[in-house]
Amino acid sequence: MKQGNYLLRKISFAAMTLLAVVVFNFFLFRILPGDPVRLIIHSPRMTRQAQERIQTAFGLDKPIWFNGERLRQGDLVGAFDTQFTAYLRNLLRGELGISFATRRDVSDLLKERVWRTVVLVTGGDLLAIFLGMALGLVAAWRRGSRLDMGILLGALFTWALPTFFLGIILLILARGHLPVGGMATPGLKPEDGLKYWLDVGRHLILPTLTMAIVYTSEYLLIMRSGVMEVLAEDYILTARAKGLSTLRILRDHALKNAMLPMVTLIALTFGYTVGGAIQVETVFSWPGLGRLMYEAVQKRDYPVLQGTFLLLAVSVILANLLADLLYTLLDPRVKAE
Amino acid sequence: MAAISKFVRNPMGVIGTGMLLVVVCVALLAPELAPYDPQARLQVTPADILAPPDAQHLLGRDDAGRDVLSQLLYGARVSLIVGFTASFMSMIIGTTVGLVAGYFGGRVGNALMRVVDFLMVIPDLPLMLVIIAVMGRGLLNIILVIGLLGWTYTARLVRSQVLTVRERQYVLRARAIGASHMHIIWHHIFPQVLPLVIAQAVLDISVAILEESSLAFLGLGDPTLISWGTMLNFAFERAISAQAWWFLLPPGFAIVWVSLSLILIGNTLDQIVNPRLRSHHLFDARRMVNIQNSG
Repeated sequence: MKQGNYLLRKISFAAMTLLAVVVFNFFLFRILPGDPVRLIIHSPRMTRQAQERIQTAFGLDKPIWFNGERLRQGDLVGAFDTQFTAYLRNLLRGELGISFATRRDVSDLLKERVWRTVVLVTGGDLLAIFLGMALGLVAAWRRGSRLDMGILLGALFTWALPTFFLGIILLILARGHLPVGGMATPGLKPEDGLKYWLDVGRHLILPTLTMAIVYTSEYLLIMRSGVMEVLAEDYILTARAKGLSTLRILRDHALKNAMLPMVTLIALTFGYTVGGAIQVETVFSWPGLGRLMYEAVQKRDYPVLQGTFLLLAVSVILANLLADLLYTLLDPRVKAE
Repeated sequence: MAAISKFVRNPMGVIGTGMLLVVVCVALLAPELAPYDPQARLQVTPADILAPPDAQHLLGRDDAGRDVLSQLLYGARVSLIVGFTASFMSMIIGTTVGLVAGYFGGRVGNALMRVVDFLMVIPDLPLMLVIIAVMGRGLLNIILVIGLLGWTYTARLVRSQVLTVRERQYVLRARAIGASHMHIIWHHIFPQVLPLVIAQAVLDISVAILEESSLAFLGLGDPTLISWGTMLNFAFERAISAQAWWFLLPPGFAIVWVSLSLILIGNTLDQIVNPRLRSHHLFDARRMVNIQNSG
């Protein structure tokens, strides 16, 4: 019963956060000088039909979010027949507007690019989690030693390093040895099969490495302090008294117990990782969502900006919800909370 | 004071302070130190564009023939202004929210913490990006966005500390003899959370500086000012193919320098005011003693 309450609380929080983001995303872009939808409607490049399609799709003839006139007439449904509800309806249908720059559907652009960012973020994050946990464990075990100091200083240094600058350094260093931009060598197509995908893999090396190095320090520092806390527990003393080897103590006791907080951290870090992806994709021209956002900023392509932000925010919210649910499975104590 | 002598004996803290002082001096004395006006429209010949370092221009020239060293020195101002003011804003908001949520609790406290949870979930950089892209990229907007979004961690930290301090004997006694809430918060609780807040604020300065540079690198820096992030944006867009390392590397390492200095200071402060566990059971007791003496 209690567990049900906990899950319900988490799910309703996620739902409210989603709603808040949607509302924010609507109103932020409405305060622009020269409403973006109007801007595109008057663009001379639009055909008559396209203009009309947008006009009705966005309900531009209607008030922004509330129709007081209709309400006074006792028409409760009509009172909410507004631009805001039109926006919500479009959203549910996956309609996110049309790019100013390319005149393509924003949802098509996002669909085309989302997997490229997912691959980059997942690869970089997994590598960072592995490195961070391994180095953090060693540092905590050898606390105060020269090795620990070295690891710690390295972590602080990469923490101070802007993601995009690390990317630029790696780009300068690797030029000539590895591909430094784009997704595939021009001329190669997906039809080329294995050759193409290997080429894409080579293009992924530098962006993934940049992500991994930057986020390793985050995991490392938390892992280090987590393991240090665990190692001070009495059951470690017991395990040692039983004569267990250091390796077994670290693997079976310290690692397992210090992993729990990592689950939440991975979800929380996901928000930063997304920000990192924007920088990394910009540096290496990796054509994912981050690069899309950068280009949208340069060209003031507001519909694309709006759509990308929404997609990123929604994914991070859902990832956090997932982590919360996973946490209840892993740690029975949460249920009793 | 004990805390100060602890700080002075910590090499990380001292090195960090030294590094920060260098940047502060550079920022204050930029007009004195800079050999050229970084914004001046110069008479340039094609040879001046992206010219490598020489005796007149120690760090070479940028893509418009301007002196990179002068830009670098002036850039310190933007970073420090954004870092300190945004972090100060975050500190004030975070401390207030944390004090109220922790001390009064109840519905208001819960509602405040929901706002904190909400802001923590939204990815920072994309959010800042859309806000600045819509609101305009003036320095004030950049500071406001970073400051208004950066207080959540401080609020959580303060709240959890207040929850324990609130139940201590002297607070209960003060309440028993009829002290007002304001008096208790200000005289009994605030002094207890202040050291933690300051340590966090120092770390927040570096976060704010990194965020400003990321925004500027993505093309959303104040167009009227030269910041290290803006320099990197120009360098990356126009000089990366020319391999003009003198234009690419200095602003980047300047950012690393200042944020590393703040991280070193913040971490040292955190170690002093927030003493966590000092030992563990896989640790060699003899080595422990040495480390405590040297640390």
